[in-house]
Amino acid sequence: MSSLIDDLSGALGSDRVRSGPNELSLYRKDASNMEGSTSVVCLPETTAEVQACVRICNRHGVPFVPRGSGTGLSGGAVPLDGAVVIATTRMDQILRVDQVNRLAWVQPGLLNLDLSNRLNHLDLHFAPDPSSQQTCSIGGNVANNAGGPHCLAEGVTASHILAAQVVLPDGTVTTLAGEEPEPAGYDLRGVFVGSEGMLGVATEVCVRLTQNPPGVKTMLIDFASVEDGAETVSGIIAAGIVPAAVEMMDGMCLQAVEAYIHADLPVDSAAALLIEVVGLPHGLEADLDKIVAIAHEHNVKTVRVAQDEQERALLWKGRKSAFGAIARIKPNYYLHDTVVPRTKLPEVLAKIYEIADRYELQVLNVFHAGDGNLHPLLVYDAREPGITERVHLAGGEIVRVSVEAGGVLSGEHGIGLEKRDYMPLMFSEIDLAAQRSLRCAFDPEGLANPGKVLPSPASCGDIESVPEGVWI
Amino acid sequence: MDLNEFAEEIGSSGPVTIAGLATRGGPVEGVRTVIAPVGIEWVQPAEMTVCCGAGTPVEDVDAALAVHGQSVAIPPSGTIGGALAVGHSGLRRLGYGPMRDSLLQTHYVNAGGEIVKAGGPTVKNVSGFDLCRLLIGSHGTLGFLGDVILRTRPRAQHEQWFVTTDDPESVVAQLYRPTSVLWDGTSTWVLMEGNRNDVESQAGNAKLRRSDPPGELPNGGRWSVPPSELSNLVGTGRFVAEIGVGIVHHEHPQPPRPIDPTIADLHRRVKSEFDPEGRLNPGVDVLSTE
Repeated sequence: MSSLIDDLSGALGSDRVRSGPNELSLYRKDASNMEGSTSVVCLPETTAEVQACVRICNRHGVPFVPRGSGTGLSGGAVPLDGAVVIATTRMDQILRVDQVNRLAWVQPGLLNLDLSNRLNHLDLHFAPDPSSQQTCSIGGNVANNAGGPHCLAEGVTASHILAAQVVLPDGTVTTLAGEEPEPAGYDLRGVFVGSEGMLGVATEVCVRLTQNPPGVKTMLIDFASVEDGAETVSGIIAAGIVPAAVEMMDGMCLQAVEAYIHADLPVDSAAALLIEVVGLPHGLEADLDKIVAIAHEHNVKTVRVAQDEQERALLWKGRKSAFGAIARIKPNYYLHDTVVPRTKLPEVLAKIYEIADRYELQVLNVFHAGDGNLHPLLVYDAREPGITERVHLAGGEIVRVSVEAGGVLSGEHGIGLEKRDYMPLMFSEIDLAAQRSLRCAFDPEGLANPGKVLPSPASCGDIESVPEGVWI
Repeated sequence: MDLNEFAEEIGSSGPVTIAGLATRGGPVEGVRTVIAPVGIEWVQPAEMTVCCGAGTPVEDVDAALAVHGQSVAIPPSGTIGGALAVGHSGLRRLGYGPMRDSLLQTHYVNAGGEIVKAGGPTVKNVSGFDLCRLLIGSHGTLGFLGDVILRTRPRAQHEQWFVTTDDPESVVAQLYRPTSVLWDGTSTWVLMEGNRNDVESQAGNAKLRRSDPPGELPNGGRWSVPPSELSNLVGTGRFVAEIGVGIVHHEHPQPPRPIDPTIADLHRRVKSEFDPEGRLNPGVDVLSTE
């Protein structure tokens, strides 16, 4: 039999099949702290080429990992044991836009923000807005069921994907669902979204587009205690207001960001909420007034409503550059993504501070408070002996207290490799067997991104990949 | 009845079917029938979630949520479990999104009689494969829903139906987020929700007249078509179409839709993984169920 690389080169041309040491080194990781190994990287440009890659992998019995921009934070795109990487970065076109019915067919490598920017003249956008939206791809959003600040009101990616053309793990091409609202049969589109590349490779995606709001109000309000901030969030939701976004930054984070972008942030406060409401003028004003009143009931210190687009952009820049800002404190960070019931935010945040103290670590919190989606950032310097272990132990405890508080492992980053072994905290062996059944129905040979999400081998032949050669 | 008793009744062998209130078709005839647990476990308004037995009537859940100014995006009548198993969204899908987005977590009973948890209790959750979405619209062929946690939504302060004879495309283009736009080939009805002043000013700009909702909808068939093809309906018979969505309430059944053999094969594989003996709702073919 001819070699794997020869076959792939025959299908794609040798310039788009890479196996040099630099590329293999680049593609063995994503934006998580994990590394695996790949034997070859493919850069297909069409559905037929993706199909050819998958078929060749099948012929050689070699697993493959679909990859978008590699911005995932849970190791979902980290190839294990030399798996073939199929990167969709070159498939970045908008294929068709239906302005009237507000949908578009796009290729998976298209960047999230590029899609919205290119639709702006039609007054439409793609609602999921992960903080990585300048660099993350639509295919990656589909794989991870990505979120973002504006998913509070609009829902995460699953609510915005109408259909996907996919190459199944055996190399067959089909389309899951379609533009019609209730396709016959099971919601295979629904299970494909968030399946982290384990059910196939999306090659065309039909996205739902959202009208740009006629009005926007953005405000920053701050509090002397995290509890007051968190109770304000619950109060807003209980009052029947679902703002477009409700983000929280704690004191440490405010200080780090202020030092970085100089936005006149309330650095002496324990917590600040960035709240955005959108819509028609009367409703907008009414919501704004109610939110301010609720904030006053919870001892708000200052209320700063952005006076123009420039100030609004600055406030958002503060939120979205938090990850850059922390690099000024320590060179490394470890980010968790648990979700807890909104009403448990004060209690769980107090525990997170306590855990960080106990492990002598610095923690910053910047997160989607409106949906209880925590993003504790443990900042550290990996060169310090023993600290990486402490970061992992502390992270494990944070995940545990979140689940014990009635929460979940991940709100928007996915399970991937990183949180795979935490799955039994949330799911029994019976629950996990059901998830494996779905995987087996799509991929009986276990070739699509094996070793992710599910903690133990599937009976249909998934080989447990003890992530050997994986460095956390 | 609690979940354990429900699971015991389903057992692990022999054909079995599940009944709700039979408003959407009812159980498989001639097969041992079970019913799902009934009752609301809790309502958490500040979390915007509600937990109930799958056998709970939709109207009971609505009433319990109305007290808190909330509702669920599940169309009226029958049971919560029945609505989810059939998977049809309500007339307000354009504004509320599809019903499938409402189910956060369920304990269902599998073909082996075991209780399985799918999803999680929070609105945002990407922990593992999304089996909730697989179960919605699966007509009880993969498992029987026992209890559910649903996402709720705030009730609008104000709602009003309007009507116009302008074509629906131009109406939709002028409005910001209508809740429902219906069209029978001649008239276009619009439901808007929100602040009263905003609703009135939008209606004024689009020259809509206040009206009642359209009367009884044709119920010979529920068609699902790409929304861009709705204009082709004229001349096919009496219909009311959901603009921007693609559901058509038609006097005739939908002409058969072609099924890609690969999709049919995936369905067989999913069914055989979840119910290898075909004991759950035997004879129900989800691909040919409207």
